[in-house]
Amino acid sequence: MKILTGNDLRSGAVVWWNGTGWSLFVDDAVDAGDDSEEILAREEAARRVNVPYAIDASIDAAGHVRPAHIKDRVRALGPTVRRDLAVPTADRTGWDWVI
Amino acid sequence: MYQYDSYDQAMVDARVEEFRDQARRRMEGRLSEDQFKPLRLMNGLYLQLHAYMLRVAIPYGTLNARQMEALADIAEKYDRGYGHFTTRQNIQYNWIKLEDAADALADLARHEMHAIQTSGNCIRNISADHFAGAAADEVTDPRPYAELLRQWSSFHPEFTHLPRKFKFCVIAAEKDRAAMRLHDIGIRIVKRDGAVGAQFYVGGGMGRTPIIAPLVRDFVAVDQLITYAEAALRVYNRYGRRDNKYKARIKILVHELGAAEYTRQVEEEFAHLLSVGVEPPREELARIAEYFAPPAFHHPSESWDLEQLQSKAAGDPSFRWDDGFGLWVRRNTHPHKAPGYVSAVISLKPVGGIPGDATADQMRIVARLAREYSFDELRVMHTQNLLLPHVRIADLPAIWAALDAAGLAAPNMDTIEDIIACPGLDYCSLANARSIPLAQRISERFAETGRTEVVGELKLKISGCINACGHHHAGHIGILGVDRKGTENYQLSLGGSEAEDVSLAKITGPGFDEDGVIAAVETVTDVYLGARADGERFIDTYRRIGMEPFKEALYG
Repeated sequence: MKILTGNDLRSGAVVWWNGTGWSLFVDDAVDAGDDSEEILAREEAARRVNVPYAIDASIDAAGHVRPAHIKDRVRALGPTVRRDLAVPTADRTGWDWVI
Repeated sequence: MYQYDSYDQAMVDARVEEFRDQARRRMEGRLSEDQFKPLRLMNGLYLQLHAYMLRVAIPYGTLNARQMEALADIAEKYDRGYGHFTTRQNIQYNWIKLEDAADALADLARHEMHAIQTSGNCIRNISADHFAGAAADEVTDPRPYAELLRQWSSFHPEFTHLPRKFKFCVIAAEKDRAAMRLHDIGIRIVKRDGAVGAQFYVGGGMGRTPIIAPLVRDFVAVDQLITYAEAALRVYNRYGRRDNKYKARIKILVHELGAAEYTRQVEEEFAHLLSVGVEPPREELARIAEYFAPPAFHHPSESWDLEQLQSKAAGDPSFRWDDGFGLWVRRNTHPHKAPGYVSAVISLKPVGGIPGDATADQMRIVARLAREYSFDELRVMHTQNLLLPHVRIADLPAIWAALDAAGLAAPNMDTIEDIIACPGLDYCSLANARSIPLAQRISERFAETGRTEVVGELKLKISGCINACGHHHAGHIGILGVDRKGTENYQLSLGGSEAEDVSLAKITGPGFDEDGVIAAVETVTDVYLGARADGERFIDTYRRIGMEPFKEALYG
């Protein structure tokens, strides 16, 4: 699946396209599929999010969204060395999937 | 230390308001990211993996207690309670919001600091020997010259759009404690027949093409320093490549032209500039130098020497000489030019910690110690540690006790626990692999096994990508993180040095995964311990026996 991500313009926070707007939680990301380019162009023009881009991702057996590339997996939760600063999430699988 | 005059302050204040307007227009949607990016970068505001990152310049690593407290306040007010001290003697905040950035810059400006030219293709923060003004072996304090260069290079209209970024470093001792020859221009202040002048090394650097800067001019009279720097920059600005960012640094130009031809062109330009007259008036250097006058050191009779300290400490349990203090004194203090004084290194490398990170509370404690014990002066070291440059030996017990209570007394300067590590993939959008976890695990492994002290001086440096912010090319042991089909992989290299015996490390062979590279570091130190002769550091043994025994042990 293709999901969309970027950084919030004002805060810089990592955000994910949830179908109608941008969410802080990777699990909210939806498959943008063939609409990726159109959504990215529209959102870039709206200037709410910095340099949004499409990435490959999958959904695991428990239904969690998992970005394919390690860089985006680190972005999804926060620095692996400062887990106290992690994005709060209901995902109970911890950090095992990030690295 | 240098203090802003009204011109400096007005310039920095104006820049803050200019940026405030630019940021507002960006947030209102009136500027695109393509339009805004160069503007924010000129003010040190990057966009990293998780957030905006603000890089604040600390000129030649010198600051006072009030400024350190301001940095602590910014960490709490606009960030998440901590900051990261870098290999360029700067501090970075990892979680700054665009909507707060101008306020943070305004707070910096109120304390004579800024983030100008901490990014972009311009002359960056001028770095210097962190022991400047204190080291027993320096010929003079290099900071007045660094400050003169800072003033000359700030907003220099001709050098605002160079082919690539440009880094100066200034030292004034035979010993190189600032990686001077791995800068675009490295300057060593020297004295010849009583006259002060500068050696110019041009075209060094790390990154994807590491090069040791060749000597281009053995002596430039100090009243021609800026003129020669301007000539060196002019030739680069004219002929440096702008078509390929990977070949745009001055090191590539010097390498491709050859040092002799580059020098010839610089000398020609230098002669022309001398006729034009671009050197600041001598009075300006004298004015700047006054700010760096040595503090009023106590008479030696009011302090101790290190032998007296040890003799008093050995007989009094309250000194806790055997409980870490003695080791800290031995490891973390450096000879000072004033009798009865040393410089004291404040390690930001606790075992298992993040190299270079300090909390706001820790910054305030360090500021208090600077105010009470070090003539209100602090340094940021390129090794990602802090320094109290001027402390009485008699005050070391009190200083150590305060540092120990704050988790800042790791006795590990120049050991394998004193690791330089870039932010890596935990923070940096350019990184391919994480650096910090390796540093944490290696320091834990060596501390647990008690091998840190056995191994002695060993400089280990880790970069998370080829840009080499972690100086891996110059590590006795260097580690470079690479992306190998979507997973982290680490190349090991040996034999680098950024000191006066400068050399570039060589790759051992195929890379390792995270566990593998930690084991490999242990294997390498095993080979060293088995082969070292009396008094040899790791780098000495490596240079004597070569790469083969290490490769044999690593790869069989």
